[in-house]
Amino acid sequence: MNDIIKLLDKNGLVFAFLIVSVIMYASYYIGKKLTNNKIPGAAIAISVGLIIAYFGGDKGVASIPAFSGMAILGGTMLRDFSIVSTAMGASFTEIKKTGFIGLLCLVLGTLVAFIIGGAIAYLMGYQDAKSITTIGAGACTFIVGPVTGAAVGASSAVIAISIAVGVIKSIFVTISTPFLAKKLGIDNPQTAMIFGGLVGSTSGVSAGLAATDTKLVPYGALTATFHTAMGCLLCPSILYFIVHSFLP
Amino acid sequence: MKIYGVGILAACFLIGHILGDYLGKLFHLSGNLGGVGFAMLILVIGNDYFKKKNKIPAETENGILFWSTMYIPVVVAMSATQNVKAALSGGWVAIVVGMVATIGCYLLIPVLSKLSKKYANQ
Repeated sequence: MNDIIKLLDKNGLVFAFLIVSVIMYASYYIGKKLTNNKIPGAAIAISVGLIIAYFGGDKGVASIPAFSGMAILGGTMLRDFSIVSTAMGASFTEIKKTGFIGLLCLVLGTLVAFIIGGAIAYLMGYQDAKSITTIGAGACTFIVGPVTGAAVGASSAVIAISIAVGVIKSIFVTISTPFLAKKLGIDNPQTAMIFGGLVGSTSGVSAGLAATDTKLVPYGALTATFHTAMGCLLCPSILYFIVHSFLP
Repeated sequence: MKIYGVGILAACFLIGHILGDYLGKLFHLSGNLGGVGFAMLILVIGNDYFKKKNKIPAETENGILFWSTMYIPVVVAMSATQNVKAALSGGWVAIVVGMVATIGCYLLIPVLSKLSKKYANQ
């Protein structure tokens, strides 16, 4: 047994590929068969990740011997690298068609999520600038939260909350979009782009639109992709400075 | 070759991070300010420019697209390595913030789609 643990630790990254692929397979299967695609496989997989992290230590599951490779696969370097690659799915020409309103959506969506998230965090007892900024950033997407948390130097516990905030947003968006689409007028590419830009959560938006009208998916996902970039740009910089000027 | 795409991605990533680092130093903060955002913008604009000229071979593009399909698995690994035990002490924060912030964004959708219709008519 000890020999196997040693072997898995030595080949940590490869073992992490195996663990994550098993989690992904099981989650997408559950999402498809048990929830009828109401909850996206991605949201289930991320929740499974958070649940198994609970059984680890301060590095989550990577604190358990043999699982150390998860810290490489889920570490800052590979995470940022894969996030940057998703920008390939967005086209500058397309967003220019929505013009000024598209840009306004990205900025407003980030601001509204950040202000509401930060204000609630403050009311619920997080009163330092780093924590408020990180939780507010988590209200943008589960990417913006940890990127911001790392940049401003927030604690791992607060970063974990910011991811949880983003995951809950993603699940909530996915489930509620098909029910609210008519009321909110999401039945054309233009509104789908506005929806994606304001809400931001790429997995939630694309899964929610897929359940509403598959033709709208690329439009919503397009602006949602930019939302993460906008959040990563604004939250750890301008928005952090503003919060920091009011609070320690 | 796929590695060309991975190389382009790596270049965007590093240039973005150098910019982010520079911005961080400018504001006397340890850490990277918006490096990921800069890298994404460089890739989007570069992709747009070279696609118009048809200068990106499909294989090169596939090298980048592979990593974009790895994005969710990497995020799964990331969430599995967080200090969840400590986060749960503030569990309600996550649920309340996640839902209220989303509803706030929802409320803006009808307002902005009206605005965009006016904008389109002009």
